[in-house]
Amino acid sequence: MSVVRPDLAGSQPPLLYPPYRSTIRRAPSQPLIRVPESLSDLSLPVYGAFPIAETDNDLTRQYPGEPQGQRIVVGGRVLDEDGRPLRDTLVEMWQTNAAGRYRHAVDDHPAPLDPNFGGAGRTITDAEGRYHFTTVRPGAYPWRNHDNAWRPAHIHFSIFGWCFRTRLITQMYFQDDPLFAYDPVLQAVRDERARQRLVSRFDLTLTTPEWALGYRFDIVVRGSAATPFEERV
Amino acid sequence: MSAEARDLVATPSETVGPFFHFGLATNPDLAVVAEPSVAGTHIALRFRVTDGDAAPVPDALVEIWQVDGAGAPAQRPALPSQPVAFRGFGRLPTGDDGCCEFRTVLPGPTTDDQGRRQAAHVNVCLFARGLLRHLHTRVYFLNDPAVAGDPVLALVPAARRGTLLARPDAAEPHRWIFDLRLQGQDETVFFDL
Repeated sequence: MSVVRPDLAGSQPPLLYPPYRSTIRRAPSQPLIRVPESLSDLSLPVYGAFPIAETDNDLTRQYPGEPQGQRIVVGGRVLDEDGRPLRDTLVEMWQTNAAGRYRHAVDDHPAPLDPNFGGAGRTITDAEGRYHFTTVRPGAYPWRNHDNAWRPAHIHFSIFGWCFRTRLITQMYFQDDPLFAYDPVLQAVRDERARQRLVSRFDLTLTTPEWALGYRFDIVVRGSAATPFEERV
Repeated sequence: MSAEARDLVATPSETVGPFFHFGLATNPDLAVVAEPSVAGTHIALRFRVTDGDAAPVPDALVEIWQVDGAGAPAQRPALPSQPVAFRGFGRLPTGDDGCCEFRTVLPGPTTDDQGRRQAAHVNVCLFARGLLRHLHTRVYFLNDPAVAGDPVLALVPAARRGTLLARPDAAEPHRWIFDLRLQGQDETVFFDL
């Protein structure tokens, strides 16, 4: 029994991080119980039947008109810790509009909704593990975690990977955001290298001339010592 | 394997937050792990998520993975558009009462790669605002004689094993209820996989 595996220490946030107030009554107080890989159901296949529509990875084309804001492309690869690409894996994302407002009933931030922006997308990685989305740059928004608290602009990402052990939900940020230092969700990741993994980079090669700025965001899921899915790589 | 032996630093998990529904919870098919045509004992599997104050958690996301009634995993369809009778996977947000309910079949027993028999169980990933990493647990079924020999339950202190047992609803025996208590008295056992 261990609280956290040594290789998770630092690179993954703790469950209890009091500066992020919602962890206080939701983080388990008992240590997690380590299950050896040989006992985990790692051969259960990942659900693969998510139908993908043609505009699902282009959030600027899901409504009759164009959304407001700075048009951007976000792209990268999904890899495991050994650098192996994950192909045919579902990548889902959701975000605020350019004004920092989610299209969600419980978001009461008084910023305008955009009739031409939903804010959700999905795609499947190609044979090299690549994905890309076209969207608009999300806005920062206030929240009530502490006095004058603001979340840095971010895009939520959800990745399945090879099995439920590689399942990952995370957030992508934008370089040099002055809000980083004040954000307990980002600061809960104590390791600087791991925090940097959450920050996308401006990338001229992803930038579409006369159309959209490009940002690279590579996503690294956990590897497996046993590599039960070697044949799929 | 240690992080040092790996080529790349893993991307840290971050909370799903409270605004995930329009991104992750729009597909009603994902309440149905097994369509009525699938062989096996059809059940409703209801989750109740509560926090350290025993208050319902109305903004959690529950994902489940399981084998079918014969212990076989779901088959991935050749095309994503093909209908699937046994998905082996479900995903639902909790409501204001902290609950969500899947339709599925009782999973069959399975054998791990070292030949050990595992009792019927459902794998759970739980996401929520306030969870910086998602939690893993397993649903076992009350009165299943195989739980006594299950090698994963054997890792759990005996006094806490009961938190991993779903119980039949007294009013509707086909419905099984599993309490996900995040913290405090009778806190659910969570696993590090």
